[in-house]
Amino acid sequence: MLELEIWRGGAIGRFQTYRIPTREAQTVLDAVSEVQRTEAPTLAYRFACRVGMCGSCAMMVNDRPRWTCRTRVAVAAPDGRLRLAPLRHFPVVKDLVVDMAPFFAKWQRAHGRFEPGPAPATEFATVPPSTPERRAADAGIECINCGVCYAACDVVGWNPDYLGPAALNRAWTLVNDVRDRARAAARLAAVTGPGGCQSCHTHMACTETCPKAIAPTYAIAGLKRQAMRAALAGTR
Amino acid sequence: MSGALIVRAHRHPGLLAALLNRISGLALALFLPAHFIVLGLALSGAPALERFLALTDNPLMRTLEAGLVGALALHFACGLRILAIELLDFREKTAVAVAACLAFAFFFGLLFLLSAEIGG
Repeated sequence: MLELEIWRGGAIGRFQTYRIPTREAQTVLDAVSEVQRTEAPTLAYRFACRVGMCGSCAMMVNDRPRWTCRTRVAVAAPDGRLRLAPLRHFPVVKDLVVDMAPFFAKWQRAHGRFEPGPAPATEFATVPPSTPERRAADAGIECINCGVCYAACDVVGWNPDYLGPAALNRAWTLVNDVRDRARAAARLAAVTGPGGCQSCHTHMACTETCPKAIAPTYAIAGLKRQAMRAALAGTR
Repeated sequence: MSGALIVRAHRHPGLLAALLNRISGLALALFLPAHFIVLGLALSGAPALERFLALTDNPLMRTLEAGLVGALALHFACGLRILAIELLDFREKTAVAVAACLAFAFFFGLLFLLSAEIGG
């Protein structure tokens, strides 16, 4: 049998225990779905794709943020006990569902959107895969916005103003996007203010927990270098 | 939630590196003012300084000094790690880097202890 302690309630609530059969190749999301279908019909949780693409099923699994659709119970809970809670650092809506709005607001604050400039490009941009900019952008582009890094980050917990690893990683991919027209000026200003890239303490929690094996720590280090270069050149 | 000193969400080599860097830094920050006060004793003549140095000439103080040298080496190595990541885009295996920093610190701590034993 698999024993699950699942957070029930909002910001104030309690863990409730459920027991379901252990199954072969069972994922944590499978287990939550089985609890919801057999024991707790009112249990709220999120998922969509079940194959690690949509980034909606992340939660705290035994005190560690994980994407639950690609996390096997056998790996996360070898002793057959799972403790599931909503992602840390997010406002809780209900049970395992969190409000992602502050997370995406920081994404915008970090200027994490492509800027095409005043006139749209008339030609397709040629960006050779071997260029350093393209490689730097490629390293961070597969982010699925699951919020695992944000939940793992110690600095987000200490400083609610901190933009967080995902937003800064996104900013770094755009700083390296040669088609983008806000690279050096607006975006660098957005990520170097209070709660910006310099707040990162290089604890590596984001890099160690990212389910897509992205390394936001190095993206943030890239932003710090870029900011330092701009400061030395006197452009910021 | 778990009641442990460091909850599981925080148990990762990167946090250990940060803790080692900060704790060794704090140890050095506490030591430095004491160090300057002792050096200041020399201003009121050699005997005052000599009397204090005689008090420190025992195995316990030698061992503590070795710890201090170790803390200095640890702080130095952890600081270099951060600089390498941030300035040189150094890609590390954090656990290996932390182990290397600790090995560096133990090496210099023990080297100091050994030289103190032989020399002292």
